[in-house]
Amino acid sequence: MSAALELAGLRTVLDTPEGELRAVDGVDLEIAKGECFALVGESGCGKSMTALSILRLLPDVGRIAGGSVRLGGLDLLALPEAAMRAVRGKRAAMIFQEPGTALNPVLTVGRQVAEVIERHTSLRGPAVRRRTLELLRSVGVPEAERRMGEYAFQLSGGQRQRVMIAAALAVDPEVLIADEPTTALDVTIQAQILDLLAKLQAERGMALLLITHDLGIVARMADRVAVMYAGEIVEVAPREQFFRAPQHPYSQKLFAALPGAAQRDGSLAQIPGQVPPLTTEFGGCRFTERCDFAFERCAREVPQLRTLEPGHRVRCHLRETERAAPRAASRAAPAAAAAAGARRLLDVKDLKVHFPIRRGVFRRTVGYVKAVDGVSLAVAEGRTLALVGESGSGKTTVGKAILQLIRPSAGSVRYQGEELTRLGRAGLQRYRAAMQIVFQDPYASLNPRMRVADILAEGMRSLGVGRDDAERARRIGVLLDQVGLPASATSRYPHEFSGGQRQRIAIARALAVEPKLIVCDEPTSALDVSVQAQILNLLKSLQERLGLAYLFITHNLAVVEYLAHEVAVMNEGRIVEQGPAGEVLRAPRHPYTRTLLAAVPKVD
Amino acid sequence: MPVVLATDFLVWLLVLAVASFAWYSRRRAHLAAPWARVFRSRTAVASAVVLACYILVGLLDSLHYRPALPARDAGAPVAYSVEARSLLDLGLAPLRERFEKTYSAPLATRLFQREQVELPDGRTARDFPRLRHGGAHLEAEADWGKDVVLRALAGLAAAFALWSVVLICARRALVRRWPNVPWGAAAAALGAILALAGPAAMLADGFHVLGTNQVGQDVLYQALKSIRTSLVIGTVTTLVLLPLGIMAGIAAGYFRGWVDDVIQYLYTTLNSIPGVLLIAAFVLMLQVFLDNHGDWFPTTAQRADMRLLGLCAILGLTSWTGLARLLRGEALKLSELEYIQAAHAFGVSHARILARHILPNVAHIVIITLVLDFSGLVLAEAVLSYVGVGVDPSTTSFGTMINAARLEMAREPMVWWSLAAAFVFMFALVLAANLFADAVRDGFDPRVRV
Repeated sequence: MSAALELAGLRTVLDTPEGELRAVDGVDLEIAKGECFALVGESGCGKSMTALSILRLLPDVGRIAGGSVRLGGLDLLALPEAAMRAVRGKRAAMIFQEPGTALNPVLTVGRQVAEVIERHTSLRGPAVRRRTLELLRSVGVPEAERRMGEYAFQLSGGQRQRVMIAAALAVDPEVLIADEPTTALDVTIQAQILDLLAKLQAERGMALLLITHDLGIVARMADRVAVMYAGEIVEVAPREQFFRAPQHPYSQKLFAALPGAAQRDGSLAQIPGQVPPLTTEFGGCRFTERCDFAFERCAREVPQLRTLEPGHRVRCHLRETERAAPRAASRAAPAAAAAAGARRLLDVKDLKVHFPIRRGVFRRTVGYVKAVDGVSLAVAEGRTLALVGESGSGKTTVGKAILQLIRPSAGSVRYQGEELTRLGRAGLQRYRAAMQIVFQDPYASLNPRMRVADILAEGMRSLGVGRDDAERARRIGVLLDQVGLPASATSRYPHEFSGGQRQRIAIARALAVEPKLIVCDEPTSALDVSVQAQILNLLKSLQERLGLAYLFITHNLAVVEYLAHEVAVMNEGRIVEQGPAGEVLRAPRHPYTRTLLAAVPKVD
Repeated sequence: MPVVLATDFLVWLLVLAVASFAWYSRRRAHLAAPWARVFRSRTAVASAVVLACYILVGLLDSLHYRPALPARDAGAPVAYSVEARSLLDLGLAPLRERFEKTYSAPLATRLFQREQVELPDGRTARDFPRLRHGGAHLEAEADWGKDVVLRALAGLAAAFALWSVVLICARRALVRRWPNVPWGAAAAALGAILALAGPAAMLADGFHVLGTNQVGQDVLYQALKSIRTSLVIGTVTTLVLLPLGIMAGIAAGYFRGWVDDVIQYLYTTLNSIPGVLLIAAFVLMLQVFLDNHGDWFPTTAQRADMRLLGLCAILGLTSWTGLARLLRGEALKLSELEYIQAAHAFGVSHARILARHILPNVAHIVIITLVLDFSGLVLAEAVLSYVGVGVDPSTTSFGTMINAARLEMAREPMVWWSLAAAFVFMFALVLAANLFADAVRDGFDPRVRV
């Protein structure tokens, strides 16, 4: 028995108001001892539901409709709940995406690790304490004795995830399921956590089921890869084969949609449409509608998972006759053309944003949090400046301070030579139309109580763009066309749109007042990779057509390579390195930039 | 001559506001969908039917007029009575006009206490005298049982007939239009109400269904009149509570800084004063004021009404703090959201941000609070009237009925029907309101998804 975990025909359904949603629809996979198996796919493909089904931790509306889950020969679906509780944590453990909410805020972290040990072993008292300490040390929590007595809020995100891993590994499980374990973490922390997982896995010889949407992580960690789409596995392959020549059109698209320097001059491949609703009954291939190679048989006949060569299986009719060619290796990017005589649009000099820390009855100021501490940058007309940094580096604050949404404590922000920091609310009104912002979370940036037409018209009305409502309505039609939404969108509410469509609405809202500069605050980080490609393509084509300048705030260096002309790298409120994108990314000079670049998991 | 009491005006204003809000919500998915969820619950539909009956009685009692007095001579201008009556009084004229001398038990034919009566042969004796109206149509008192049963059955039959007619009409008009609403629950609730109301109506023609009180007034009539008082207290108060609570709450949460400090200081202070004390002081002051300016009010009803309005105002003034506190927290959260930041980036004015972005996004909290507060206010009125700082003694309310019943409970034999009637009517109202509020909360709560 070499398989540590074996899934056969697993089917999980969720009862929703729209009917039975088949979140996992016949998944077969087996993971050997000591193997790292990556499950890849976009959101809504059933990755997390597969993981939850294995441990039988489904939400109330979910149930397992069929198939089997065998853990080292033990049929988990046949176990009574009490016996299942003995399996969770002891033989199969799970770590979650959000370390902030996975730990109980009112228990010390040491207690939470100890709880697992006490539940599954006969160790008690000082022995538990010793073991807890040992575990925390082994996952690299610094000053483990002190940290044991602290609460989750006193730890950083990376340390919390280390504690979660310690709790998961407390009693040496055979299988560890990691559901997007690093998605909520910064890239340098992500690298540390991934290294830690790889090291622990090698030491203990456990099977690791790694669920992720990031092909870079897969390239770095996985032995074998499975791609999931619409509740099914569409391709399984060993890592090398998968990265050399992905066979399923969906896998190929996932690679083509990745931004990078190689795609600078063209647009990214995008997958049209969306994942079909899983409540429908499928009579053919689930990818048909979005596939470039679909032919009439695809809609008619459900493809089976066929073995191409040992260990490589794919669910596609095309692969019955021929193999797909290997992926083209990415070329070196041509050097970005220098900004030839472009006019300076925005000049920021020595910008500081300090938040006072107040204490005591009289709220005396006892110190300052220096969120932004002396930032200087310039954006030229029609160019993109990427502001790169990890969370907490102050990059979002810079964006908001430039728009005067947060008032800077010191320094100057000049728009075409006009100083903005000294203007009042009324004085700023003249410059509001020139600078706009697109936010990260398309779910929080649109008022759920307003129709799309009202959302788009609000800025125009406030800033007096367009003479009357009729003219504005005409303009709204043009805007929707520009961002690729149907004209019928005007009378609908934001919740009727997908994440990518909402981000298009947010971009249209910013465009409505004809700005010269748009501050894009992580506009794609909440989106799937194929949707990200659509939005990046849109931003790029808008820049070419309308001559927009972008201040692009991001932590994603691949996006920077694709989009930016200049880069500024920010760390702890300061810019540590600045220059043309090609130079900074090819030959970083500052040690922080080098660490950042080295930490990014790369596909090639 | 029609008379518009201040509370009548406000009640009808509220009806108009609710109707226009319903019209407004119909076309807005985010408001219509939660209501559709509310009306998918059986308890909500059943309690809505019960509430609708109460509201119907209350509204009928909110259309007042002054009857013309019979002209003394042909040429004289028409004089109007100093007493304001409502449409409900007109409908219940038999109940209102049939006075007994004092207490009589439900459906009794004789008074509840012995009196000197003159026997046919001229001698006097102490006995329970026959009632002037209750059972007066009976030739022999031995027929009482038969008569009551016959009337009750006739009432049931009439109720059933009416119920069937309503069901047939409703099937055409409503069921096709809103097929998701559990109409069965509505039909059952309506059936239960009619099964009680039908026999009561038939019996009321000849008897005092719920007996009479100390001064011989029909208790059923009093209980029906009390409904309006309760509804006015429960709804008109919100006219004071809402603007204060909403404005203070979202202003504190949105503007922060000194505005927040001032508003928080205000409501913390207000909350620290015992509510009953404040209300008692206010009501006593109002009473003195009304006594000194008796000539301002042409009818006693208008004067009593002014006191009712005063009570609503002071109840509103003391109870806006809860809503304000909830809304402040929500507005604090909302004002950090990105769509508000985007509005700032467009230079949208504060007033517009409050009206377009904040207010619609706290509407669900307002609705939930309103419905939950209703039953609390109805109960508060009863307690205040019982203590003696509530409505005017001439206004019938559940509180005044209970207050009067205080002495009756101590009598031997006990007079229980006043208290029981007030209790049952109020209990049904508050229970229906609470069940409905529960369903509303579930329907509007984004975390509860059926």
